[in-house]
Amino acid sequence: MGLPDDYRLMARIRRFEERLTALKDAGEIPGSIHLCNGQEAIPVGACRALRDGDHVTATYRGHGWAIARGVDLTGLFAEMMGRDSALCGGRAASPYLSDPGRWFVGENSIVGAGVPIATGAALTAQRTGSGAVSVVSIGDGAMNQGNVHEALNLAAVLDLPLVLVVENNVYSEMSRISDMVRVKQLAERAAGYGLPGRVVDGNDPDAVYDAVAEAVDRAREGSGPSIVEAMTERLVGHYSGDAQHYRPAGEITAARQREPLARIRTAADADLTARLDAIDAEVDAEIEAAVTAARAVPHPDPATAREHVYV
Amino acid sequence: MSESLRYIQAVNAALTWALDSRTDTVYFGEDVALPGGPFGATKGLHKRFGSDRIFDTPISETGFLGMALGAAMTGLRPIAEIMYADFSFVAMDQIVNQIATIRYSSAGRWKAPLVIRMQQGYSPGACAQHSHSPEAYFAHTPGLRVALPATPDDAYQMLRTAVVSDDPVVVAEARMLYPTRGPVRTDAPVEPVGGARVVRSGTDVTVVSWSRMVSAALDAATTLAGEGIDAEVVDLRWLNPLDFDTVAASVARTGRLVVAHEANLTGGFGAEIAARAAAECFADLRAPIARVAAPDVPMPAAPALQAVVVPEAATVADAVRRTVRA
Repeated sequence: MGLPDDYRLMARIRRFEERLTALKDAGEIPGSIHLCNGQEAIPVGACRALRDGDHVTATYRGHGWAIARGVDLTGLFAEMMGRDSALCGGRAASPYLSDPGRWFVGENSIVGAGVPIATGAALTAQRTGSGAVSVVSIGDGAMNQGNVHEALNLAAVLDLPLVLVVENNVYSEMSRISDMVRVKQLAERAAGYGLPGRVVDGNDPDAVYDAVAEAVDRAREGSGPSIVEAMTERLVGHYSGDAQHYRPAGEITAARQREPLARIRTAADADLTARLDAIDAEVDAEIEAAVTAARAVPHPDPATAREHVYV
Repeated sequence: MSESLRYIQAVNAALTWALDSRTDTVYFGEDVALPGGPFGATKGLHKRFGSDRIFDTPISETGFLGMALGAAMTGLRPIAEIMYADFSFVAMDQIVNQIATIRYSSAGRWKAPLVIRMQQGYSPGACAQHSHSPEAYFAHTPGLRVALPATPDDAYQMLRTAVVSDDPVVVAEARMLYPTRGPVRTDAPVEPVGGARVVRSGTDVTVVSWSRMVSAALDAATTLAGEGIDAEVVDLRWLNPLDFDTVAASVARTGRLVVAHEANLTGGFGAEIAARAAAECFADLRAPIARVAAPDVPMPAAPALQAVVVPEAATVADAVRRTVRA
């Protein structure tokens, strides 16, 4: 792993979100979508620290985590198109999809609710001695939810192999997180749970990897949970229809200089630029192939609407 | 083989069976391990099975019900205890949005084989926050199974059924029934989920009930027998899956229906039974359907007030008399 692989994965996530936006604009995506443009380095760096069997839980802004965990692109597009995808058969769509085959416990459209669930995956790992860890991502705003507080304390007292990654994009949905908390960094709260907390540059996949790998090692050896706060910026709105009037002029333009893909591009010499261009072209082709394949997936049979409520 | 056990002992026996016979079970909740539970449901289990299998949690219902879900999705079979059913309300997101939906929303790729064990209902002096009968909330939620055992034997059988079920099951016991004693078939095979039961045969009226109100209905039936009214009593046992066939067959025999529960009247599960009976048993009904329930007030603590709020055998008997004489 390293730069070209990380770049490819981050570009795949970015291109996925951009293509999804175009599909949404074209009327091919029925529901609301929450995009992670600008935050790609966090799932990419974090998932690099994981191995098969480690569970990942994310939020409705979780397409990047699904892709970084290796969930099939065609399945993702088809699911979001409301088609009978191999993921969730069109029952979950953009904000609640999951994939047990890739240990992706899934997204969650209730803020913070994934943290107790991820704690349960960690409990299974601990009680069965599987050696797996459970990584859960939330946004900065979720740190104000009671479910996160409860789960962190619970995981702490049980010494569970849990890693909480807080993606601090400085907006709690559409309000500045600095207006919603009295701490400077959310990782300061780790001390309140008796846990280690670190703040890292969330636009640098290597920095994210280093911090998450340290937390994962700690979890695997039975030393309990950790909190990693990854600082980043959203290049897009909270959801697809967000006009972002609340963001100061120039903020997004400035963020575009700091986002993970631009950062690599800016530092690249001519040779690397040529390689990155080639990767972009391959990613574009891969995404287009996935969109084409997804469009061929049929819509779910209405006769199945009542299936899968019970075993 | 049948043993005479108190209701709470039958719960303890079922949990012992679960932890003993299924290595994938874990039991957790507030004060359940070292303290043995406030009512003794888990007495002795920690000593026998150890902290790997049964442990105490912080007072965090949302946290540990979510943990139960994540554990169930990834291979364990958790039994999580909510000390009082009233406390389930602080964890309704995990119950309604998470536990109940994950199977459907993943097209069956995940399952959530877990039990939420709780006890409900009033007791003398218990306030509005320790007296709820919340079964209608759970029965309203697709994805949950809902069990309300009314006898020591059912406390044992239905809890075991819930443990082996691959769907999430809310088992709501009745605290007022804990001291009651009865025969428990400890060697019976584990029953499938669901099934109502006619617990008293009669010809004049069907009384459908569950949980604590089944014994009230039976007491009422005894009183009414002395007045020449022969009541049939159906213990619904499971609100989900709902065995309405047993109700309909009884109404076809008696032509009259009274539904009795301790929960508040409006939107109570009795309304669901009444609506179904009106739709499916219309031709059999010779009198309006009657509902017995607590009036729409939060539960008062004072026994003098509880006496006029909590439905008892006399309340059921009054409703039956009105129905039969209508």
